[in-house]
Amino acid sequence: MVHVTRKIEFSAAHRYHNPAFSAEENRRIFGKCNNPNGHGHNYVLEVTVGGEADPLTGMVLDLKELKEILEREIMDRMDHRFLNYEVPELADQIPTCENIASLIWKLLAPKIKKGRLTRVRLWESPDLYVDCYGDGTP
Amino acid sequence: MRLELTRRYALAASHRLHSPHFDEAENERIYGKCNNPYGHGHNYIVEVTVTGKVDPSTGMIAHLDDLDGYVAREIIEPFDHMYLNKDVEAFRDRVPTTENVCVEIFARLRRFPGAKLVRIRLEETGRNSFEYAGQRDGDEDD
Repeated sequence: MVHVTRKIEFSAAHRYHNPAFSAEENRRIFGKCNNPNGHGHNYVLEVTVGGEADPLTGMVLDLKELKEILEREIMDRMDHRFLNYEVPELADQIPTCENIASLIWKLLAPKIKKGRLTRVRLWESPDLYVDCYGDGTP
Repeated sequence: MRLELTRRYALAASHRLHSPHFDEAENERIYGKCNNPYGHGHNYIVEVTVTGKVDPSTGMIAHLDDLDGYVAREIIEPFDHMYLNKDVEAFRDRVPTTENVCVEIFARLRRFPGAKLVRIRLEETGRNSFEYAGQRDGDEDD
């Protein structure tokens, strides 16, 4: 199997706040990430698709198609957005790197028809990233 | 949903590659510049990868403050700005190659209570890196 990885960047705001906790608990648990007005990151997303190269084209999948899927499913939805308020799937979740990576997996997996999504790596900052493997093993 | 969280930490330390099993000439031949008697140093990057269930109330596999605190206590404080051969007990009788440092870091972090340690990836320079994911069946005890 060959793995193909495409990288994109998007910028978004978020806030960590659980309405089930008191204001004081939210501050204690989430610290600076609980700032009521939110804060943002330049996210870097690496999407990996695995498969066999088509003998006619030499490609696992057409990268142009993958680029369009990423544009439609991720960039249009998340770039320059406030994730808590503008991405309905995250409305009742804390928009941590874990939850955003899981959502990205769920959005992309059914859209990739050639090859199969094998990993979503989401960098929140240069010192933190989350890998999502769906229900598969790494 | 299988998720792994990776955090990167920086530490600067010096070491010397020299084994008591070899004579001076052999040490020099095997380790080259790394055998310089006065030691030399690197800016290491430690990548710590953990896995576990996401707590729905926090959205997190592990609270970063807990992981950062544990790594600071177990790794950064004892290793950062140290001469590994002398200042870290584990390397008094073990050559502090980045392989051995990687295994030692894994051993020190495997009991992190907040999540399950998956692997350590240690960058010695921008061009060399080493990974250790613990023992597999049949491996010798470390």
